[in-house]
Amino acid sequence: MKQRIVIDPITRLEGHGKIDIILDETGNVDHAYFQVPELRGFEKFTEGRPAEDMPQITSRICGVCPTAHHMASSKALDALYHVDPPVAAKKIRELVNSAFFIEDHALHFFYLGGPDFVVGPTAPKAARNILGVLDKVGIETGKQVIALRKELRELITAIAGKVIHPVFGLPGGISKPLNEDIIEQARTGADHAVEFGRFCLQVFNDVVLQNEDYVNLITSPAYTTNTFYMGLVDQDNKVNFYDGQIRVVDPEGQEYVKFPANEFPDRIAEHVEPWSFVKFCYLKDVGWNGFEEGRESGIYSVAPLARLNAADGMATPEAQSAYEQYFSVLGGKPVHFTLANHWARLIELLYAAERLQELANDPDIAGSNVHTIPDATPDEGIGIVEAPRGTLFHHYKTDERGVITRANLIVATQNNAARIAMSVDQAAKAMIKDGKVDDGILNLVEMAFRAYDPCHGCASHSMPGQTPLILRIYDPEHQLIDEIRREP
Amino acid sequence: MSKPKIGFYWCASCGGCEEAVVDLAEDILPVVEAVDIVFWPVALDFKRADVEAMPDNEMAVCFINGAIRTSEQEEMAQLLRAKSQLIVAFGSCSHMGGIPGLANQFVRTDILDRVYYDSQMVVNPDNIRPQEATAVNGDSLSLPSFDGAVRTLDQTVDVDYYLPGCSPPVALIVQAVTAILEGKLPDKGTVLAPDIALCDECSRKESKPDELSINKIRRPFEIEINQEDCLLAQGLPCLGAATRSGCGAACIEGNMPCTGCMGPTSRVSDFGAKALSGLASTITGEEEHDIARRLEQLVDPVGTFYRYSLPMSLLKGRAISDKGAKA
Repeated sequence: MKQRIVIDPITRLEGHGKIDIILDETGNVDHAYFQVPELRGFEKFTEGRPAEDMPQITSRICGVCPTAHHMASSKALDALYHVDPPVAAKKIRELVNSAFFIEDHALHFFYLGGPDFVVGPTAPKAARNILGVLDKVGIETGKQVIALRKELRELITAIAGKVIHPVFGLPGGISKPLNEDIIEQARTGADHAVEFGRFCLQVFNDVVLQNEDYVNLITSPAYTTNTFYMGLVDQDNKVNFYDGQIRVVDPEGQEYVKFPANEFPDRIAEHVEPWSFVKFCYLKDVGWNGFEEGRESGIYSVAPLARLNAADGMATPEAQSAYEQYFSVLGGKPVHFTLANHWARLIELLYAAERLQELANDPDIAGSNVHTIPDATPDEGIGIVEAPRGTLFHHYKTDERGVITRANLIVATQNNAARIAMSVDQAAKAMIKDGKVDDGILNLVEMAFRAYDPCHGCASHSMPGQTPLILRIYDPEHQLIDEIRREP
Repeated sequence: MSKPKIGFYWCASCGGCEEAVVDLAEDILPVVEAVDIVFWPVALDFKRADVEAMPDNEMAVCFINGAIRTSEQEEMAQLLRAKSQLIVAFGSCSHMGGIPGLANQFVRTDILDRVYYDSQMVVNPDNIRPQEATAVNGDSLSLPSFDGAVRTLDQTVDVDYYLPGCSPPVALIVQAVTAILEGKLPDKGTVLAPDIALCDECSRKESKPDELSINKIRRPFEIEINQEDCLLAQGLPCLGAATRSGCGAACIEGNMPCTGCMGPTSRVSDFGAKALSGLASTITGEEEHDIARRLEQLVDPVGTFYRYSLPMSLLKGRAISDKGAKA
């Protein structure tokens, strides 16, 4: 008889999720399903709202990455109103986005994903968390992490009004210029952040790369998935979080396509499954061919590992050398090891810190003109940024008053949804053998999704209302003998 | 003596309330010393089964954020209620329904069609929708059911206290936790924030005219917003007069109007009605049609006045008339 193991709720991520693992008669995994059991409904209930409210409303999709939604939304408003923000506004937005990446990536490494390595993947569950990390690294180090996050979040508050949830984005710019105090705060914060970025990579080196068991785990087939990769790149094909073109590389690492933001709806499609509320994105030209790896399957990945794979390098010097070391240690591009997301995330953290330092010292950010008042009639606009968890897409249509008639949102985790489902299935099949299951083994399964830093707050932004019920009754040979339907 | 046990949980929410707890920063260390956190899915690996195994009233307090939309959220709220001596509704969504509560303007079928069929990028030739129960490769899989409308936490289970805000201000969280640990709690049902309007703590208070008169409602992108003067006096629909204080006027410090996330003071039952009447009374015009025209400049009254509170409002929204909705 088949057995079932349910991990509910999955933990150390943003939002709701569960994993349903079905074992066969021998106690080995038939299939593991990674499900998103929650939805809210932003695409529908944003209809009728003034477009300028969207940066604040859509930030409520995710309170962990509100800044990313706020940025994508503000950029969509620029396009909607055909207005080009002053240079100061663009650079201040990117500065805020950089500060946000640092504190958000740090959150994942120290609070969410990192405990699996710092404390240990099969450590007792009461210790596998930030408190266990503080025990391991010492309270003084822990206080540095807490202090750095606080410093950067206060910087975001000073510029954007609130850190959960920012209010400063407008079509054509931002709501207020920076004063000298804030610029000084940004410079100091940036210097601390660069030191912190170096420190994080050192911790990763000491704790993970120097531990042969961990390196074997990262490179094991249990956590290897061959897919396409996507990320924003600048004109030199370097990683960029705020602007640029979208580049996709194939599972061999060759450029498959590069396109501007407004082509996103033509390049990407969404697939629906009956067992999860999340919609699964894929490359339209390749097509949906099920949960399959390889270049015949349109499944792609986003977020740190994908961004490094999709780019030719990093635009800042220390991050660039870390990037080179990454691919040299992991055997060249592309890297298909899901757990290598953790390392890539810290390289990105250092890049964001260096970029923050560049922007904080850029005289343009002191400009007093931070808002171009739009004068065109609004119609349609697309805004794309990289969120910490991957490419984020906002697309609005409005009437001539700028009231939303249509909103379409593809969030970071949705881009990763199909690959995450495959990674969890692979890890479950590799880790659960002959019916032997314990808390540590199930955590090794959870580590397969945790590496992506998925955000189910984001993934569950759409909402179907009440679901229809279909009850199918099978005989022991899995033959369907009856079906009862209840439509909503 | 063993430490008091506390829990945190999220329902239909964004995770911002968890971030607000993390934003206690070094202030969380003495809290962690004083209590045992026994459930907090964002940060700790305890599962639902661990909560089910607890005796009733095991937790001294559980903080629940997020609105209630699914059967799973309702079950968890009931489970945590049974296991906790105190329940605190944490943040705008559990307090008033929050921004997800705006979904109550729409019925389910519109939303279903919109998300799974009528969306520009969806390719769904077989018209598949997520199902409460489905079979894949002979394996039965389930998803929670959805209620007809978004509810507040206290429309679902008995709530002892409320921490308002989207997200709740860190200083208020510290005060609330301290009060609970010291057993110095106000009357049941209290909103744990100052019971005065935001205008009273606003740094621009002095520039607010005694007799406001607005002859044109402005949208924030239409003007260069002056950083010194009362935003309402600049024509922006700032809701500070109707909103409870305690946030430090954060949005106004960001040079943008208050949108009301802290909810009303104890003297107001319907936040949106209060905010609407407050703004409407400042609109000037010679003739009735002048006033009507000026009010038309406000393109989204529901989203402006009930942005965080539609489910707790007297209006409640269209969705509750939909079949299957819970009272």
